[in-house]
Amino acid sequence: MNTPTTLFEKVWSDHVVVEETTDTPAVLYIDLHIVHEVTTPQAFTVLRENKLPVRRPDLTLPTLDHSTPTTPVSSFKDLLVAGEGAARQVRQMEQNCEEFGLDLLGYGSGRRGIVHVIGPELGATQPGKTIVCGDSHTSTHGAFGALAFGIGTTEVGHVLATQCLLQRKPKTLAVNVEGQLPPGVTAKDLILAVIGKIGVDGGTGHVIEYRGSAITALDMEARMTICNMSIEAGARAGMIAPDETTFAYLEGRERSPQGPAWDEAVARWKRLRTDDGASFDKTVTIDANELTPMVTFGTNPGMVVSIEDAVPERSDASFQKALDYMQVEPGKPMTGNSVDVVFVGSCTNGRVSDIADAARVLEGRKVADGVRMLVVPGSELVKAEAEARGLDKIIVAAGAEWREAGCSMCIGMNGDIAQPGQLTVSTSNRNFEGRQGVGARTVLASPATAAASAIAGHVADPRDYS
Amino acid sequence: MKPVTRIQSRTVVLPTRDIDTDQIIAARFLTTTSREGLGKNAFYDLRYDKNGKEKPEFALNKPEAKGCGILIAGNNFGCGSSREHAPWALLDFGIEAVISTEIADIFRNNALKNGLVAIVVDSESHQWFMDNPGVELTIDLEDLSITTNGGRRTSFSMDGFARHCLLEGVDQLGFLRQQQDAIGQFEENRAWKP
Repeated sequence: MNTPTTLFEKVWSDHVVVEETTDTPAVLYIDLHIVHEVTTPQAFTVLRENKLPVRRPDLTLPTLDHSTPTTPVSSFKDLLVAGEGAARQVRQMEQNCEEFGLDLLGYGSGRRGIVHVIGPELGATQPGKTIVCGDSHTSTHGAFGALAFGIGTTEVGHVLATQCLLQRKPKTLAVNVEGQLPPGVTAKDLILAVIGKIGVDGGTGHVIEYRGSAITALDMEARMTICNMSIEAGARAGMIAPDETTFAYLEGRERSPQGPAWDEAVARWKRLRTDDGASFDKTVTIDANELTPMVTFGTNPGMVVSIEDAVPERSDASFQKALDYMQVEPGKPMTGNSVDVVFVGSCTNGRVSDIADAARVLEGRKVADGVRMLVVPGSELVKAEAEARGLDKIIVAAGAEWREAGCSMCIGMNGDIAQPGQLTVSTSNRNFEGRQGVGARTVLASPATAAASAIAGHVADPRDYS
Repeated sequence: MKPVTRIQSRTVVLPTRDIDTDQIIAARFLTTTSREGLGKNAFYDLRYDKNGKEKPEFALNKPEAKGCGILIAGNNFGCGSSREHAPWALLDFGIEAVISTEIADIFRNNALKNGLVAIVVDSESHQWFMDNPGVELTIDLEDLSITTNGGRRTSFSMDGFARHCLLEGVDQLGFLRQQQDAIGQFEENRAWKP
């Protein structure tokens, strides 16, 4: 009998072109390379300097998301909303794709959007694939049982030129989540609780597999939210074994296998699970029944607290520095903090179900005076579907802004920023100092918590708005 | 990449833990298509106040920090975003090596591919480095050691391939391209096609 192996080990070994030795890392084949305008220009320059083509344009999926404005774009002038550098970067990406024969999902495609939103919604993200992108939240695609991780620009060049990466095999970490999420508690709250428990470096050097009844009960969009934030615990990747929920999501999508190929693919995907008796290097267990809505209080995603609890007290200098930056008092709950901006969107929470969660809270209510709320769909397809469901009308009627697809306020480089000192409740993934603008203060939360906070005018418990 | 065998420089200490790559180089400075000239924006929001004036209390702004090429950083340095602009900015700023008790995976990979030596040491040695800012260190990649002029010696480990690439200045793209035949065979023979 074969030795029992984990889901990660199965996907890893299926892609080893050359085995690793003590002297050299493995050569690992990449099935899908998603590229965007910010982390690729220098890689295309290397290809040009070495007179190299892109080895597999058919396995390369380029789009525009990070430095694109979330106001309508029909000309170069419209791009300048995000600044001249950002506009030039978008233009450079269009030129690079043209020159290297890549089919850019850009303006006019109707398919443009955040790298980690479009891969899954097009059906390009599939179980058992290796997926990389010059973006740390590539871990999102692990929700399908893919091995997906972020890489730097030098490695983007390696994949463009060779479709391979030099990689050392990471360790494995099982995160078991048993039980049932209580009403009003979402995947975002769950992953924030995981990061709070293991810390922002708890996953360093590891690939996480999320397991247990609370994980299998989640829909695909919620699973993506979980895997998305694996990197916030320092992990290389996060994975969830594919199941009927996964197959139902993928069936019939543009780039999903069709006809007989679909049946073959599903048969292959069904084998992608951790064998009984396989061992992980580390294991962590979380009880879903105990969870409550979570909000961050500090300047990394591990500094997180239940909406019901007081901000903890600790004496170390890094902790104190974070609280000073956030202007948050220990010993008091986060609900006392007034809010200036609310952002619903990003690769963490910019899908239709996230927008629907926010709209459910906003319906028949008004955003508090003095609060600016932006709702930004993760892709042009998400935007179209949300509009078909009338969600945009609820959002606008509540006094929030309904914008064009992009990374928006998750990363302060496209014109959407908070002002110094402003407090933003954000459905994104990073509350780092200055992430949403110089001096901006970020509280990470679920879409429902963000919408509740917009209505209350202070950080609020979404369960009071159900 | 230029070979790196030995780094001899004084240290500057940033004791804060979990310094993320957004701190090292903020997103607003990533709207570039080049890897040059990022050093002036390294740690920008820590170095300058909102009027663009230097914050004198910040470690890297102190007169004694000038010319220091070895950064001693708090635990989990380089976490967060995968931006390779972070090591590009540090190198351009004049940092040649970073020493911590833990260095985030993607940052470490990016750093080593650019000749920025990222080193993890035990917590006792790290504490000594934290307590002795400005000390002159010699990092030797041949025997994987850090020594002070006073003879204090710390050894560290490093992935053999990363070390080989640093010592020989190996271009990893060139190394990968030598595997073309194996890659072609893999594409041909695999059981399913992506």
